[in-house]
Amino acid sequence: MNRLVYGVIAAMGIVAAGLGGYGMAGGAGTLRLAWLVPLGGLELTLDPLGGLFLGLIGLAAAPASVYGMGDPDGGGRGRLAYAVFVASMCLVPLAANTMTFLIAWELMSLASYALVLHDRESEESVRAGWIYAVMTHAGLACLLAGMLLLGAEVGSQRFADWRAAAPALAPATRDLAFVLLALGFAGKAGVIPLHVWLPLAHPAAPSHVSALMSGVMIKLGIYGLLRVSLDWLGVGPPWWGATLLVAGAVSSVIGVLYALVEHDLKRLLAFHSIENIGIILLGIGSAALYRVAGLDALARLGLIAALYHTVNHAAFKALLFLGAGAVVHATGTRNMEAMGGLIKRMPWTAGCFLVGSAAIAALPPLNGFVSEWLTFLALFQNTRLDAVGQNLVFTLGIASLALTGGLAMACFVKAFGITFLALPRSDAAAGAHEASPPMRLAMLTLAAACVALGLGPTLVVPVFGSVAAAILKTPPSATGGDWLTLRVAGEFASLSTAAIAVALAASLLVPFAAFWILGAARRTRAYETWGCGRIVQTARMEYTATAFANPFKRVFDFFYRPSKRLDIEFHPESRFFVERIEYENPTRSIFDDWLYRPALELLQAAARAVGALQSGSANQYLAYILVALLLMLVLA
Amino acid sequence: MFRQLRTALRTGIATEPVAAAGEIERVGARLASEVARLFGRSLAIRQVDAGSCNGCELEITGLTGPHYDLERFGLRFVASPRHADCLLVTGPVTRNMAEALRRTWQATPDPKFVVAVGDCGRDGGLFRGSYAVVGGVADVVPVDAVIPGCPPSPAALLAGLLEAIGRPRR
Amino acid sequence: MIASLAVALVHIAVVGAGAPLLIGALGTLKARLVGRRGPSPWQPYADFRKLLAKEVVVSTTTSWVFRATPYLLVATSLVTALIVPVATVRPPLAFAGNIILLVYLFMLGTFFLALAGLDAGSAFGGMGSSREVAVAALAEPTVIVAVFALALRADTIDLGRIVERFGSEPHLALNPAHLLAFAAFFIVMLAETGRLPVDNPATHLELTMIHEAMVLEYSGRYLALVEWASAMKLFLFMTLLANLFVPWGLTEPTGPVAVLGGLLALAGKLSVLTLAVAVLETAVAKLRLFRVPELLAGSFALAFLSLMAVFLVR
Ligand code: SF4
Repeated sequence: MNRLVYGVIAAMGIVAAGLGGYGMAGGAGTLRLAWLVPLGGLELTLDPLGGLFLGLIGLAAAPASVYGMGDPDGGGRGRLAYAVFVASMCLVPLAANTMTFLIAWELMSLASYALVLHDRESEESVRAGWIYAVMTHAGLACLLAGMLLLGAEVGSQRFADWRAAAPALAPATRDLAFVLLALGFAGKAGVIPLHVWLPLAHPAAPSHVSALMSGVMIKLGIYGLLRVSLDWLGVGPPWWGATLLVAGAVSSVIGVLYALVEHDLKRLLAFHSIENIGIILLGIGSAALYRVAGLDALARLGLIAALYHTVNHAAFKALLFLGAGAVVHATGTRNMEAMGGLIKRMPWTAGCFLVGSAAIAALPPLNGFVSEWLTFLALFQNTRLDAVGQNLVFTLGIASLALTGGLAMACFVKAFGITFLALPRSDAAAGAHEASPPMRLAMLTLAAACVALGLGPTLVVPVFGSVAAAILKTPPSATGGDWLTLRVAGEFASLSTAAIAVALAASLLVPFAAFWILGAARRTRAYETWGCGRIVQTARMEYTATAFANPFKRVFDFFYRPSKRLDIEFHPESRFFVERIEYENPTRSIFDDWLYRPALELLQAAARAVGALQSGSANQYLAYILVALLLMLVLA
Repeated sequence: MFRQLRTALRTGIATEPVAAAGEIERVGARLASEVARLFGRSLAIRQVDAGSCNGCELEITGLTGPHYDLERFGLRFVASPRHADCLLVTGPVTRNMAEALRRTWQATPDPKFVVAVGDCGRDGGLFRGSYAVVGGVADVVPVDAVIPGCPPSPAALLAGLLEAIGRPRR
Repeated sequence: MIASLAVALVHIAVVGAGAPLLIGALGTLKARLVGRRGPSPWQPYADFRKLLAKEVVVSTTTSWVFRATPYLLVATSLVTALIVPVATVRPPLAFAGNIILLVYLFMLGTFFLALAGLDAGSAFGGMGSSREVAVAALAEPTVIVAVFALALRADTIDLGRIVERFGSEPHLALNPAHLLAFAAFFIVMLAETGRLPVDNPATHLELTMIHEAMVLEYSGRYLALVEWASAMKLFLFMTLLANLFVPWGLTEPTGPVAVLGGLLALAGKLSVLTLAVAVLETAVAKLRLFRVPELLAGSFALAFLSLMAVFLVR
């Protein structure tokens, strides 16, 4: 039964991917069922951008479902919710009017909410589900308001009509609609400071669902932001793009900073999703700014970078979540401090996770490198803009992207090194076993996708180029270069990951050649790790994840605001014998402290004030009605 | 900072040739040929204190200064036995350090050789017969050469080491 | 094709064979500055030859990551040697990704070296890895931003073309941004290559180590590869610094004479730079470990300022 359901969903994913590919290639299609739902009926349209996201969802859903087939503890429950989740995600990029869109959007949210509550016993999941529900509905409220506003102003709920009417709208209306819609979509994408639900909700779901939530669901927020900033509302003022760029810069750096001190493996990955959303926003923001300035080629470059990174992130984040799921399943914990030594026990999972880690850390020649390279390039080109203010915004983007790259590398050294290398830190980790064959197949497929997307930018970029041209409504232009080298900015820069891969492979042979020529000794002897002559080596001597992250905690202490708590219990007889030491070094979230808590307190105070009106006396309520009627009469 | 540089420039090179003839007791036969061929130009030394009174260490520290400067002969101290070619063991081997010394020896990649330093290193010296002491270095790991003295002077140490690797003194 | 292959071979030969000499010369100079006779500048070659003759002792705790890392490190350094303008302004792999590729290739090396440090499960290795990535995570962004500040005025991120442009139009370098970028790059060079005041390459005390702590487990031919790779990294960073900020002498690879001229110019620049580094290392003390990030954050700020200056002072 399990296999059947997941098999069908996987097949559905492949069909969706095919349809998406058709859409990207320029195939259009519309489906209208006016009688099905009120207010405009059901309407679906396929266009290149929608096709891209549909294809992405399909291609991610297929391996995730195959993985679900083999996942013994994640697969059984919530099959229906999972099916609804995948199906509704497929509908979102196809929706062509408000009603269809919001129904698909809400179905997607509800299904994922059910999946987050997968483990109803754990208090953490329940809390995660609660915060997720609140944030997601706050976002929905913004979307609803924005869409109704646009619908009322334009006089139609069809997106195509908005597109046509946008240039004629009053600037204030457009700005308001942009703010409302962007807030709603940014919340779904997990843009800081609207990210609070993401690191709670994603880890709580079963891993194949986490993979889809982080890999593609939040991408639908990006899809929405693309529609809002570049499509539905026409060409907006520069501050739209600048806002997106700054939001991207902030999200990328802060996301990775949180990930660095996080030792729950799945939550660490969730924080990295925030970081990557930030990187995607850098591309979108620069595209929007270039477009306002009339630099179409550069706008296209920014958009290509954003789309490429969207697809890449789906590939490696889904891979990493599946790998983390296999690890969590094998060790029974998400805490990295209880892992270690898994590379010997789960070699396939470790290999795939390593590919994913290298890809997300943007190491050449894998796919993350290609899209970060493109993003850098898009940011670098801002010299073509002649507005110092905007230039400085770009500079901020460059600095944050550079910093993010370094920090992400550090974070994945920790994620892979502590989880998979050295000695197991717990009995569960010592007794871990390799993932089941379907799980391995799913991970291998995604790892292959990371490699392929890394080596083939010359084939992939033109495809994204045509999608970008369709959104920007500019004629598609041929990208420079040949099959080996990508040239997207003339003489300014060029990229050839294939050449890098070949050069790296060839260079790997150099040491062997040198050994052979110089007649190096071949003997290898295995002996214990050097520890200054100590007698036994145990896992307690290993560096922990906390210790590993400590230098960062110190460097960025203004951000983490770490506190230290040391609790020592001495032996009653003598202070020289310690019975128990408890050490805690927690960090605090400035967003909780400075944004959400004050906001909640304000809300509560307001509620209390309003609560005073509610006295329970019927006479008083009648008086309220009277006052209200009078007021209405006066105002009318 | 500049004062330090000025002093260094004004003083010039303070290193002196190795004068005193070093005594060294060769224990194994392999020292002469193989070691000289392999380590004649580059020798990485890991110093192991197996329980010395630290007198020997004081003298060894002198080797790295400007006066004796062992680096001019391609000798240098390293931080891990994995990087070492030669273990320079000082002191009588105490019961607590015997196992650690054995492990250090195991951790050092072949080809390698062991030089026991001081009278203690030779046979326990002053501490011979103590309940806390196993004996000389040779009682725990195979020793290839001994540099006697209590403590041996830096000059004797340097001469002994050069003798061990068959390197002409300059 | 043949010509660029020849240039590639020249680059690899110069970097591969020249790097140990650079380290050796640095050692000799530093010894002379404190009144010692010091090792011969050729000492590293003898060290490598000896290491190759030794067996390898590998910890039973380690995995394939530990054994593959030395090869990968050397490979990243060699590929980097094909991107940096060493002998000519047209390095053979210049088209493959420019300055961004250069930084990320170094990151690739750091990534695996740090993993290898964790692999043996010793506290020293973990400590070294943690510190190394902390330094790299702050230093490598600085390289991108600093070089980019130069690239903006040269209007390309191709390293060779930047050198060419500044060589032919030196007035472009007359800009405060240039000076700031130079300062940032110099600090990062010291940090990235494990020199004083960030890391002490000669320390024997595990608690103060950064780079050395990570490689404590390596021996024999593996150690030789790791040391060779880090020597090449130093060579490449110094070459980059020398050629970016003193861009004269390098030309297009029109023939053997042009390449030789570039190499001679490089030798001259590197000699001066080596002396400067030796004097600096003699004169300053190592920073306390947790002051290092402040230094690096400072250099990042310098690079960032230099980038902003490009727009504000144009
Ligand atoms: S030989 Fe002398 S100086 Fe050396 S450890 Fe023994 S007692 Fe101390």
